Amino acid sequence: MRLRDLRLRTTAMTAGASALLLLTGCGAADMTKQASPFANAQGAKTVTLSVQSWVGAQANVAVAQYLLEHKLGYRVDTVQVDEVPAWDALSQGRVDAILEDWGHPDQEQRYVDDKKTIARGGDLGVTGHIGWFVPTYFAKQHPDVTDWKNLNKYASQFRTAESGGKGQLMDGSPSYVTNDKALVQNLKLDYQVVFAGSEAAQITQMRQFAKEKKPFLTYWYAPQWLFKKVPMTEVKLPAYKEGCDAEPDKVACAYPHTPLQKYLNADFSKDGGRAAAFLKKFKWTTEDQNEVSLMIADQKLTPEAAAKKWVDSHTSTWKAWLS
Amino acid sequence: MATLTTSAPRVALPGFLKHQAVRKLLMLALAAAILVPLAHARWSSGTWPHALTVDLTDPLTGASDWIVDNRDSNPLFLYFFGYLSNGVVLSVRAVYLVLLGAGWAGVTAAAALVAWRVAGVRLALGTAAAFLACGLLGMWVPTMQTLALMIVAVLVSVVVGVVLGLAGGLSERLDRGLRPILDTMQVLPAFAYLLPVVLVFGIGVPAAVLATVVYAAPPMARLTALGLRGADKEVLEAVESLGATARQRLLTARIPLARKELLLGLNQTIMMALGMAVIASVIGAGGLGDRVYQALASVDVGAALAAGIPIVLLAVVLDRVTAAAGRAGDGEPGSHRAGWLYAAGAAVAVALVGRAVGRLDWPDAWTVSIAAPVNDAVDWMTDHLYSGVPVIGGTADWAGHFTTWVLDPLRAGLQGLPWWAVLLLVAAIAWPIGTWRTALTAVLALAATGVLGVWEPSLDTLSQVLAAVAVTLVLGFATGIAAARSDRVEQVLRPVLDVFQTMPQFVYLIPVVALFGVGRAPAVAAAVVYALPAVVRITTQGLRQVDPAAMESARSLGATGAQQLRQVQLPLARPALLLAVNQGVVLVLAVVIIGGLVGGGALGYDAVFGLAQGDLATGLVAGAAIVCLGLMLDRVTQPADRRVKKGA
Repeated sequence: MRLRDLRLRTTAMTAGASALLLLTGCGAADMTKQASPFANAQGAKTVTLSVQSWVGAQANVAVAQYLLEHKLGYRVDTVQVDEVPAWDALSQGRVDAILEDWGHPDQEQRYVDDKKTIARGGDLGVTGHIGWFVPTYFAKQHPDVTDWKNLNKYASQFRTAESGGKGQLMDGSPSYVTNDKALVQNLKLDYQVVFAGSEAAQITQMRQFAKEKKPFLTYWYAPQWLFKKVPMTEVKLPAYKEGCDAEPDKVACAYPHTPLQKYLNADFSKDGGRAAAFLKKFKWTTEDQNEVSLMIADQKLTPEAAAKKWVDSHTSTWKAWLS
Repeated sequence: MATLTTSAPRVALPGFLKHQAVRKLLMLALAAAILVPLAHARWSSGTWPHALTVDLTDPLTGASDWIVDNRDSNPLFLYFFGYLSNGVVLSVRAVYLVLLGAGWAGVTAAAALVAWRVAGVRLALGTAAAFLACGLLGMWVPTMQTLALMIVAVLVSVVVGVVLGLAGGLSERLDRGLRPILDTMQVLPAFAYLLPVVLVFGIGVPAAVLATVVYAAPPMARLTALGLRGADKEVLEAVESLGATARQRLLTARIPLARKELLLGLNQTIMMALGMAVIASVIGAGGLGDRVYQALASVDVGAALAAGIPIVLLAVVLDRVTAAAGRAGDGEPGSHRAGWLYAAGAAVAVALVGRAVGRLDWPDAWTVSIAAPVNDAVDWMTDHLYSGVPVIGGTADWAGHFTTWVLDPLRAGLQGLPWWAVLLLVAAIAWPIGTWRTALTAVLALAATGVLGVWEPSLDTLSQVLAAVAVTLVLGFATGIAAARSDRVEQVLRPVLDVFQTMPQFVYLIPVVALFGVGRAPAVAAAVVYALPAVVRITTQGLRQVDPAAMESARSLGATGAQQLRQVQLPLARPALLLAVNQGVVLVLAVVIIGGLVGGGALGYDAVFGLAQGDLATGLVAGAAIVCLGLMLDRVTQPADRRVKKGA
């Protein structure tokens, strides 16, 4: 009986393997044209969106997902991928769209201009800015801390166990754009860059500091919902000039203001029907995004519930995206 | 390192071994006396000499760029990797569609009925409850995605494992070649497997499935080979004398006789695949792991837990069912088949009813949100424990002290030692515990991290591992001794250990940050929590297996409880304790690497950075260094008789 079992299983396996071969056809199998196996299940039209790890990006996706599902009848899958790998996944069609990109010139050159596997999707409507921040309660007590020239004076107050004898400059996720190590060195600051390793860890740490009104210096970015919970003031770095950040090792200037961009897979952009048209038109403001982010991250609403709340109260905004 | 050297061998080394250890150390000292001055003169001391490093950045970046540019035109990709990837996508999709098509009622019924046939009514009820709980938590679709991925990954792992195992079980030479590779693969942190797969397949389900297969196939191969080799000689001879051909012997005697090992292998493969399913979310696996990962991005421990619980439930159910299958005796074949038929019929019937009623998707109204209360609890903990607790200080203060007084000196000490001294130290620990061969492997593995140009970060990671292992062993041995002495303690501990062992490591990370802040201390804390269950369990088992007669005679000689423990139980349980150390080290390393996500820095951060930035040169070098470090740590602590079981 066992013997037969085994043979049966072998036959089944062979059958399965040959069916697979049949399905895949006999020509070449282009890995770059394969969708997610979870897409379009049971005949539903599916859109796969890339969610980056920060909450603002989750807010974009939550609202887009809600509208796609409830107004356009799509099924939406979301995948969390870091920024640079997301470009690769987008070019392969494993995700259909990135809704918030902070500027990746190398990838843009490679995939949009050279290979033409990714198409531009227009402005998101939100402008992003990266900088160094101290909590406002600390900046009020020591107003001169907001100029980088005075940072060394305060290094001892920013010291932690991890930063050794220097002040701590806290950086976040390894996926974020950062010149901080070069900046600390080139501006001759008595600081040590400590990488929190993920935004979640960084936020948790900042809230703990804020609860005790302790001083801290951190890499941070706007728009970001945390500003509503922990008010922070930017430290002025030497002003940004076009091209001053061209050489990574020699950067000694602030970060630019970046209008955030949307990108679509080229095929999806062409054949994506109403979903693609909708995603191209999707454009909102910093306030809108923060409203949804805050609901997700602070009031702990599920992204879906937060999106529903926003959609119910901003009919005119999203109606325009659907027309 | 001090803890490793002193605690293990001092337990009880029989006299002759002590002499042997001294002899080995003397020989090592002699070798050092000759080699060190040479090395010092040639490359000077201090940190790893620059002349001995190989910079792999350019070739690796080149390879990565080449792959991106050529993967839609090069034949290797079109006709090999492309098919592989296509096959994975299609099979995962097929399984997923079947699961969705069966609906939640059908899947639950089918799972429960399989559990009933294999393991009896109690487990069947447990299985049904577990699946319903996944639905209740609002995780039905992600659970099915993970399940589809798992089913494909486990099937492929089993096929690959059995083929390798057959080869190893039938050919002596292949076995000798395969065994060290498989042994090593089992001790490497899952994270190290992700990067090479991503390099070739890009982010997505195919990469996730293949990484899972690479991670989960080795136990199946090892246990298959073991089972085939362990077959009863007399039975084989009897079969042979009946004139069976080699093929018949294999199919009718050797494989059936190895049934127990095969099922144990299946069990291990499933558990490892589940563990990987979560980590693979970093490279786009989707499903439950992705939900955990997304929840962590918004610091939502409750939501992370809601996705983590189904993983734990799946793990516990699959573990118990496959373990029961391994134990089950052979019943009457006829009733077996009839039972299976009934079961299959019932499952199909339930699925059809579900379809007819139009209830395929889990109804939204039937979900319970556990996120809010869990988050409240976590908030309360961090509010009240973080700092300012009278007398003992808050957890943040502990973390600070631990960093300043333990981690910093340890790291400074390791990095301050001349490079050859570190290598000698490793040899001096590894040789007395193991053989010259393990010692040499350990030394070469550590040297390889230097050659790769990541000597300093490797020692940084090593210092974290050592600190975490020390804490784990102190806590683990104490708990293990308590559990071995009292049945009640063990009963209370068992479910706790089960849960902690199967909980995805990611779920630990945020509460740990909330309690200990950002840095190396939380990474160490997470590692301790993760490794503790295995150490406690092995210690308890080892102590309980001590011959009762020996205990009895000690008692009759009037030994007190403490004396019995110190002079009888611990010495006799020495192999188990060494195994616990070995497992502890391996598990700690796996989590210290993930600790890169909470500020652990060093190699873990480099690996995460490589994945996040698509900078595979940095990531792959870090991954290779992690592999070397894992190899070194395993060999240094390798007990003489390694068991097949892996803790997680």
